[in-house]
Amino acid sequence: MTVSILLFLPVAAAIITAFIKNGAAKHAALFFAIAELAIAIFFLAGFVPDASIQYSVVYEWLPKMGIYFSAGIDGISMVLVMLTTLLVPLIILTTYQHQYKNAGAFYALILFMQAGMLTVFTALDGFLFYVGWEAALIPIYFICALWGGENRIKVNIKFFIYTFAGSLFMLVGIIYLYLQNPAKTYDLAQFTNLNLSVGQQSWLFWAFFIAFAIKMPVFPFHTWQPDTYTEAPSAGTMMLSGIMLKMGIYGVIRWLLPNAPLGFIGVQQSYLGGFTWQSVVIILAVIGIVYASLIAFNQKDGKRLIAYSSIAHVGLIAAGIFSFSVEGIQGAMIQMLNHGINVVGLFFIWDIISRRLQTREIANLGGIAKVAPLFSIAFLIILLGTVALPLTNGFIGEFLLLKSVYNYSIWLAAVAGLTIIFGAVYMLRMYKNTMQGETNALTATFTDLRGSEKVVLGIICALVIIIGVYPQPILHISEAAVNNWKNVMDTKYIEALGKSIR
Amino acid sequence: MITLIILSILPILILYLGLYKAKSALLPVTVAGLLVALGFALAEWNSGAQPIFSGMMLFDNFSIAFSAVTIISTALIVLLSKGFFEKISSNVAEYYAIMLFALAGIVVMVSFYNMVMLFIGLEIMSVSLYILAGIRKNDFASNEAALKYFLMGAFSTGFLLFGITLIYGAAGSFNLEAIRDWVITNPRNVDPLFHTGLLLIIVGMCFKVGAAPFHFWTPDVYEGSPTLITTFMSTVVKTAGFAAFLRLFSASFATLSDFWMPVLLVITILTLFIGNITAVYQQSFKRMLAFSSISHAGYLLFAIVALGAASANSVFMYTSAYSVASIIAFGALILVQQHTGSDSFDSFNGLAAKNPFLAFTLTIAMLSLAGIPLTAGFIGKFFMFSGALSQYHIWLVIIAVVNAIISIFYYFRVIIAMYFRTADRNELVVPGYYSFVLGAAALATIIIGIYPAFISNLI
Repeated sequence: MTVSILLFLPVAAAIITAFIKNGAAKHAALFFAIAELAIAIFFLAGFVPDASIQYSVVYEWLPKMGIYFSAGIDGISMVLVMLTTLLVPLIILTTYQHQYKNAGAFYALILFMQAGMLTVFTALDGFLFYVGWEAALIPIYFICALWGGENRIKVNIKFFIYTFAGSLFMLVGIIYLYLQNPAKTYDLAQFTNLNLSVGQQSWLFWAFFIAFAIKMPVFPFHTWQPDTYTEAPSAGTMMLSGIMLKMGIYGVIRWLLPNAPLGFIGVQQSYLGGFTWQSVVIILAVIGIVYASLIAFNQKDGKRLIAYSSIAHVGLIAAGIFSFSVEGIQGAMIQMLNHGINVVGLFFIWDIISRRLQTREIANLGGIAKVAPLFSIAFLIILLGTVALPLTNGFIGEFLLLKSVYNYSIWLAAVAGLTIIFGAVYMLRMYKNTMQGETNALTATFTDLRGSEKVVLGIICALVIIIGVYPQPILHISEAAVNNWKNVMDTKYIEALGKSIR
Repeated sequence: MITLIILSILPILILYLGLYKAKSALLPVTVAGLLVALGFALAEWNSGAQPIFSGMMLFDNFSIAFSAVTIISTALIVLLSKGFFEKISSNVAEYYAIMLFALAGIVVMVSFYNMVMLFIGLEIMSVSLYILAGIRKNDFASNEAALKYFLMGAFSTGFLLFGITLIYGAAGSFNLEAIRDWVITNPRNVDPLFHTGLLLIIVGMCFKVGAAPFHFWTPDVYEGSPTLITTFMSTVVKTAGFAAFLRLFSASFATLSDFWMPVLLVITILTLFIGNITAVYQQSFKRMLAFSSISHAGYLLFAIVALGAASANSVFMYTSAYSVASIIAFGALILVQQHTGSDSFDSFNGLAAKNPFLAFTLTIAMLSLAGIPLTAGFIGKFFMFSGALSQYHIWLVIIAVVNAIISIFYYFRVIIAMYFRTADRNELVVPGYYSFVLGAAALATIIIGIYPAFISNLI
């Protein structure tokens, strides 16, 4: 059993689903997505949580250019593989109440995108990583632009150009690494062993950082995100926010920092008074948290509010990673999983509201809890997970991330921490204005959860509570890999420091 | 060699068929003849060819590979011409014959080993093209195109010939090997004759491949010519031009790269920006493709700017990918033009609803031209970028990246029009020949994009 089955099954599934006529397409897609999840669980069951790479596969692809189809799963990849395979069936299930035109194509694109994202999360070859990165982008562009809202054309071309631009700079970085590699391959392990100067690594850092910062998105590269999220069909928004933005975070952990650690931390700090790219990007991340929270506070459209709150949450994950400690990375790992689960839940909540009431204006709503108790309970549980109440899933991740930022700088941690309290305020206010109070003519017609909605929200709420109470097994999956990751980079840093002193 | 003989006899045969009014036999005979020529070309693969006819021609793997690409592209274009030429002229046999004569010239262009043969091949090709551009005798635009093409072409041929003469004056030979030896034995001194000649050759070749600032004829000629002739010019002719350009420079002038590289670098950057930025402002799909072909000439120049062992391979990959995608684009344009009577972007509105297959193949072609992974166009760009970076042209690659981003605007305009805009028109029917050519080309684009290994290591 190798990881290739995980990568090729969705491609085959997408091709089959594309030819299935309207009604049955969603069932076929769900079947394939669950089959994929079963394979991932099988992999998880046999996974040894040490720092090694497992289920690896190497095929010759373009050997003369040093390109191999090389992929494998370690602790860091495993968490994201689980996230992807878990969320895709849930997202397909959320679309069960929708009637899409050309449903076969819609589900085929979702499955194809899954293949692209899993390629990104498991690739050990720079070329394969880039191909997976773009292979995930094309389907989501078509999903958003074909089935999206009114402004979809303008918004999506902006989204596409933004992300494509970023990734081309990354491609230049990858080719540069290849040319510096004496073995002339695109192998990740060889890339990380290269001895590049601090100057070279600084350039590489930016080449990769722009691509990942656009995808996450980090302030000031976020301007595509709120519009795209708002205009996309809800399944597309969930794919984007639940899984796709994790490609950027994963890229930072797997490709950016290991390949350009010295460009990031800097070695000769004295001549610029302690100025490093690390401090720049961490401040950008924290600015993103503050900025997005402030804007979210004033949003009238529920979906847009969630979009901005997502920028704030991702900003904290980015800040945690860039503060460069084991806690930060571990917090980011578990928070990626939890953010994925919660944000899919929240977007589904708003999808249900907008489908039943044809509005997403918070001001038009109120009192839904009275007519739909199950719905409001599910909303509350997911909301509490999002604002990181202890014993919900958001808590452990945010705790670790804030601790890591605190160790880097107390002031930044104070700003980030305050903003999270701020986040709780606007989220709970949204809950109050939509769910509580008196019903009006519109919300009185709201009907409670049914069928597939119950299943999806039930699973999400269960995950929120289970992971919140007992997060240890998930942290354990990535623990050894993250520790090893940090050790490798510390060694490199100390080596470079030694050289610069001499 | 046999390929060249077949390609010279075949058009004469076609002319006779036209004379005896065997109209229905024209297309099958042409395609069959091309396939036979292709077969003979491939049979000589890896046969360790030596220069023949006192060092005039050399049918090495380079020449076979580019002959094969141009013959296959021509065959695809010929298949598209079913029912196309009959509508605009009564002398159909002449179309096929002249196109094949041009192809014979192209085979000479990619197989020359002596500058005289380069010139002869180029002239056989160009004269045929002047006629083809103006073959709609009563059409004003077609006449304009032919005249412009002829004047500009004659002008650039003059530059080229003058350059060849000056180099002969300095080196005392037309033979590529002899010129290279002369360059090596006279390394340091800048010879006014030789270097002027080299610059004039660059000007002449840049005219032929449509690189800025010698590109002004391209948009008008492409727009005015019948669409299939435009297809031929922007795929087969461009491929041949770059193959000849590369063959000349890698065989004779490689050691002088310090001298000509900065010149070509400037030309490349200009070509990229002018082609891409002007393409954004076009309202006509055909004119957009003309400007996009200029910008692709810019990417192709990378291989010559960063001349190295991998250059031939890069040009081969890039031109194959570009030709296949362009044939889809022009094929779709012909159908849409016949259907709506216009070649503007708006005439593509709602094509996905009218004919999903056509829209899908055109989407693949646009993604390939834009250089999106899993299509052949990406592999071509990837080779070009790798080659340029390996010679430390980092800024050039960054400029190319910026241009790739600009190109998204106009390639995606077509996709947006097809899928996201609506127009109420009746079904568009794709004839059988078109379905075959478009389907095969789209399949080739994806196969090369996913598994490039089987054609990327040829040369």
